[in-house]
Amino acid sequence: MVILFYIAAIVAILAALGVVLQKTPVYSALLLIVVLCSLAVIYLLLGAEFIAFIQVIVYAGAIMVLFVLVIMLLNARRETPGQGSRMARWLGGPLLVVFLAEIVLAAWRQFPGAASPPPLNAGPAAIGQLLFRSYVLPFEVTSILILVAILGAVVLAKKS
Amino acid sequence: MTPVQALDFIRVLPEIVLASCAILVMVAEPFVSARHTAALAWVSLIGIVAAGAGNAWMRRFSGPAFGGSIAADPFASYFVYLLLLAAALTLLGSVRYLETNQVHHGEFYALLLLGTTGACLMVAATELIMIFIGLEISSISTYILAGFRRADKRSNEACLKYFLLGSFATAFLLYGIAFIYGLTGTTNLVQLSEKLSAPGARPPLLWIALILAFVGLGFKVSTVPFHIWTPDVYQGAPAPVTAFLSVAPKAAAFAVILRVFLGGLASAGALVFWLLWISALLTMCLGNLAALWQTNIKRLLAYSAIAHAGYVLVGMAAAKAAGPEAGEGIASVLFYLAAYALMNVAAFILVAHLAGAGERYQEADDCTGLAYQRPGVAACLTLLLVSLSGFPATAGFFAKFYVFRAAIHAHLIGLTLVAVLNSVVAVYYYLRVVVAMYMREGNPRASASPLPWPLGAALALSLVGIFYLGLFPTPFVRLANLAASPLP
Amino acid sequence: MDTSSDTAFFLGVTVVKVVVILWVLLTATAYLTWLERKVVAHIQSRWGPYRVGPHGLLQPLADGLKFLFKEDIVPADADRVIYWLAPFIAFTLAFLAIAVIPFGGSFSFHGHVIPFQITDLDVGLLFVLAVTSLGVYSIALAGWSSNSKYPLFGGLRSSAQMISYELSLGLALIGVLMITGTLSLRGIVEYQQQHGMWNIFKQPVGFLVYFTAAIAETNRVPFDLPEGETELVGGYHTEYSSFKFAMFFIAEYANMVTVSCVATLLFFGGWLGPLFGPPWLRTWLPVFWFCFKVFCFLFFYIWLRGTLPRFRYDQLMAFGWKVLLPVALLNILVTGAVVAASS
Repeated sequence: MVILFYIAAIVAILAALGVVLQKTPVYSALLLIVVLCSLAVIYLLLGAEFIAFIQVIVYAGAIMVLFVLVIMLLNARRETPGQGSRMARWLGGPLLVVFLAEIVLAAWRQFPGAASPPPLNAGPAAIGQLLFRSYVLPFEVTSILILVAILGAVVLAKKS
Repeated sequence: MTPVQALDFIRVLPEIVLASCAILVMVAEPFVSARHTAALAWVSLIGIVAAGAGNAWMRRFSGPAFGGSIAADPFASYFVYLLLLAAALTLLGSVRYLETNQVHHGEFYALLLLGTTGACLMVAATELIMIFIGLEISSISTYILAGFRRADKRSNEACLKYFLLGSFATAFLLYGIAFIYGLTGTTNLVQLSEKLSAPGARPPLLWIALILAFVGLGFKVSTVPFHIWTPDVYQGAPAPVTAFLSVAPKAAAFAVILRVFLGGLASAGALVFWLLWISALLTMCLGNLAALWQTNIKRLLAYSAIAHAGYVLVGMAAAKAAGPEAGEGIASVLFYLAAYALMNVAAFILVAHLAGAGERYQEADDCTGLAYQRPGVAACLTLLLVSLSGFPATAGFFAKFYVFRAAIHAHLIGLTLVAVLNSVVAVYYYLRVVVAMYMREGNPRASASPLPWPLGAALALSLVGIFYLGLFPTPFVRLANLAASPLP
Repeated sequence: MDTSSDTAFFLGVTVVKVVVILWVLLTATAYLTWLERKVVAHIQSRWGPYRVGPHGLLQPLADGLKFLFKEDIVPADADRVIYWLAPFIAFTLAFLAIAVIPFGGSFSFHGHVIPFQITDLDVGLLFVLAVTSLGVYSIALAGWSSNSKYPLFGGLRSSAQMISYELSLGLALIGVLMITGTLSLRGIVEYQQQHGMWNIFKQPVGFLVYFTAAIAETNRVPFDLPEGETELVGGYHTEYSSFKFAMFFIAEYANMVTVSCVATLLFFGGWLGPLFGPPWLRTWLPVFWFCFKVFCFLFFYIWLRGTLPRFRYDQLMAFGWKVLLPVALLNILVTGAVVAASS
């Protein structure tokens, strides 16, 4: 289990680095899919099978398909770095260090040592209970958010 | 968590009414014949009024809802009224605009209502995830509204810029929220405040999370240096949309800043204070200075809106500096936002009318001699600009007065001095438009057609409000004080 | 027996199962091509393959050898990595889904109860959906990386089609899930066993939507526009030759098998059927029933191909979004109301 975790984690990190460093957009998109799938593996190891497969279905199977399609339609080949990327490098480097430090520190403090966390109850029924009982408001309000997005897509794409 | 009860739904009644009304408008649109599309506006208006009535009725049931993710308190109630007012004025101002510019009605009103819904959720939310979802709803609606005149290049530019930079800023906010959750283990503001005020419970590097969240929210209220999108978006978006987005999302974001930085994260005192202080200083000065060079009225009002955000931040810094007596500062901010909403929405919807079909005439010079052709319209615009600049007897005056008084009480003498100087500078650019209208002869290119009655009604309503606040501020101040009470 | 040898046994059994099932599936897909050619030929009053072996039975073998020995051509300026990757994705995903399909009850072997299934996931159905939802990449990437017009059109058409129909496909299954209350494929069959009734009688609309969407999802007639030979030369795999082409080909048939398996499990009682005879027969009859049902679906696929003409592309999209999706949603609504009323 632990070995699997490290494999998935390392694959995820390497692929994520690839997403950023890769110059060809299609490769970036494909590597992002790899990241998402390795995250799914980690969910699986945590015992959250439902979340894992939903992650694959929704992100890898639906959202990223649109990304890849758009990249293909634009026929985007290799990128050449412009002026903006220089600024990004200046700003991005320090920010990266700071964020990384924060995450590492937070994780370090949270690390309980001996006591292992209680087993996760992440089956479909438990998640359904959470979504429709405790978190019913954010859940329903998110549907308004999606409605707005759909409405926007229709408005902006409609033939006038 | 306790199971959801009917009471929980009553406490989000305005949002439910608004969203239902939006869906009704959207579904009804295909069935309404082209000649009667204005009917959709009246349906929307009824929805807004009903939401207001719901908000009033709800006062009897105040309290937290949905496991503490929403609070139906006087603070939320105050802001909901304010947002509904902004939405109603925008609606009245856009009925004829949509007809002359041939914009689709149904989607416009639906998005307006949904945007208001999102903003209402933001002000009532006491949980970071709810705040985020509300913010996204209001943001995405306004992104789309900004691009509503699809044939117009500027509108497209506005839409795209607003969307790209807005998404970027939202990512910052989300990053901040994620860090806050990672460091404290909660997203609920009440629990957050408890956890952080416990002795020795300050997680390290919380300041990074704070700054990230502040950047995200700072974008929404266009504080310097996160204001770069504002002039282009305000200028390019259809003028009634500008009216809405310069007020509703901004006021809601200010409410969130109050709730988060003076409520949940209050214990991170000094950092928050300096963030507010520096933002206030930069925002006031840059907004006013840049406004001096503008010839385009929409752009001018955009920079003026930035400057006003600066004054609001002064009030917030005052509230933060006052410690336990934050009430005065918060109340001054609330008063300011109400005055600002009345003035700004009215100014932009009037500009929408003046600019004519296709918004061709946005320059100050286009108004040359307007006073001789349309004295009523010119007088109206003059009053609004005068109030924006903060002349006595108008809402703008007392708004500034209360903010400055709170700042002085909090011993922020330097900041107050800068703010007063700024208000003096601001008079110059507001009056330049007035001068063009009254002092110069010539034929105004701006639309000289009579005011359509919905717009007239909206303007009359705002002017009454402006003078009411300017002449009899005391009852309203009492209201603002009441609304400020739920925050520490 | 100690746990380590238990684990070893379990691993051994699993490996054996994987090998056997892969072999069966590969053979089945190979003979599916033969079956298709035969059946379509008979529908059109022809003989079909007749020369290699009796009734052309060795034809799949000959085809396979031919694919192996053909020259492998990579188009100029193709994106080589992705061009290679695409058929592998298609092939792998097509065979991955079969891992969670149960094709019978279980049997005893040296005191161990071994189920007829590689692995039983609690959310097996989601696994199948997840794997099939990734299938679209192989087609889109194949179309794009070939750097050629027709494959690109084919890839785009196909992706759009698959995304559109995947929605209806997933929604059509929700009705069954609401009734049975489980995502485990084994659990769904067991539910049908307990209630003595196949789900098809409770979810006829769900089944029709599912199977229609599934045909589109597997790019088969009458929804085979991505491969419309007359317009697109051959669709996304136009530029593929030799073994890579074979991989796409096999993947397509394997997907048909998966889809038929899911239909059998969810709507037609899986391996349930009349049992009789001695114990060994009672163990193996369910497997037979399962295979028989799947075969019926596959035959139906081929029958459709021999009978129906192809849709036009706009008709296909309109049908997916304006007919299939609303019907699927309505089915959920009605099922939900019935389930809520009866509980």
